[in-house]
Amino acid sequence: MTPILEVDAVTKCFGKGPTEVRALTDVSLAIAPGEFVALMGPSGCGKSTLLHLAGALESPTAGHVRVDGIDLDSLDARARAALRHTDVGFVFQRLNLLVSLTALENVMLPLEVAGMKAKDARGHARTALRRVELPEPWERYPDDFSGGQQQRIAIARAIVGERRLLLADEPTGALDTISADLVIELLAAISAEQGTAVVLVTHEPRFAAWADRVVFLRDGSIADQTRAAPPGPALDDVLAGSSA
Amino acid sequence: MSLRLGLLALLSSEPKHGYQLKTEFERATGGMWTVNVGQIYTTLDRLVRDGCVEISPGADADQKQYRLTLDGYDALGAWWRALPHEDPPPRDELMVKVLLAIATRPDEAISVITAQRTAVLELLQQRRREQRLATERGASVAQVLADDALVVRAEADLRWLDLCEARVLHAATAATTPPTIPTTRATRATRRHADPTQLKDAT
Repeated sequence: MTPILEVDAVTKCFGKGPTEVRALTDVSLAIAPGEFVALMGPSGCGKSTLLHLAGALESPTAGHVRVDGIDLDSLDARARAALRHTDVGFVFQRLNLLVSLTALENVMLPLEVAGMKAKDARGHARTALRRVELPEPWERYPDDFSGGQQQRIAIARAIVGERRLLLADEPTGALDTISADLVIELLAAISAEQGTAVVLVTHEPRFAAWADRVVFLRDGSIADQTRAAPPGPALDDVLAGSSA
Repeated sequence: MSLRLGLLALLSSEPKHGYQLKTEFERATGGMWTVNVGQIYTTLDRLVRDGCVEISPGADADQKQYRLTLDGYDALGAWWRALPHEDPPPRDELMVKVLLAIATRPDEAISVITAQRTAVLELLQQRRREQRLATERGASVAQVLADDALVVRAEADLRWLDLCEARVLHAATAATTPPTIPTTRATRATRRHADPTQLKDAT
């Protein structure tokens, strides 16, 4: 079975010569479809860099990053952008919602940018908003929703169109504890029920504990990881489906 | 705390019989503390002996009901008002193990900390899964809060292990790095003028 994300002996450096900073050193990691993995570690350990490499926002200095078996190095800029619009979703602490668009229009946006007709994009966006249980009406603007609800809009935008990999960088940083718990539960449910692999960067053990597997980074290398959780029925279905 | 105080708390609302106290105690503590009915009756006997509880008059002889006395209400009131004490000092295995690793195996302390952190996080993951299952089955508020308490304690252990790692690494860096003189704008200017090549360039 092909991992949805494969990081293969990746090293990433920023700068050159005496100013060179090595963010990652020889990191290898494979994530199965539907797996929920949390990345933890002290500030500057390289976890956000790893997430940016997985989302084709950065290129490795050495090694390979493959999404669904495709080496990101083999893609030109246009193909990488297309991958970000169709296969990979991002959720950040800063929501990056467009305040002049309604919740529904924000979620439709990546599909329309990728060339989908508005009518079809609206249908997919409605499905995603139902999935994140955002209260209707969805024709309201982001400021009309609470912080937790705005993060749900951002998650809907990240999963719309059945993306297979969701990358979340400290998505709960601006939320109160109860809202944050609900967001992480939602990510866990998306991974378990939809077969979308989720990679979560977090400082919070309480959120990391929702993941099937927790990977610790230290000084740009994997220091340790917890054992992968036994697959649940939903993941079994995904694996059976992919091998059929 | 003792079971005795738990029974005083449960009897403060109304008289109850022994088996009722067992089920209510387990429900109120979110299933975290199971007791057998024998322990309940032994504790009730001691409370009667100490004058904190009495057998309710007029109750069915086959099913004794117990109720609080004034002394019982006083003892319970004193417990609600008392602050939790920290004596004896915390001596849990995790803390002592990590402290001993740092003291006796400094080169391997980080790997001990890392292994312990992974183990605690696996425990936390397990609790999360159990919590999720319990929620799906309609857990009581007491159960959710008891699970929360266990999760938060595991989080505290993890935060402490993070601190241990940071301090051990900081101490190791400080030991191998020569002391540096802080460079302010003034000290940088002084050095430039003290440098003969800089002076030559300036002339």
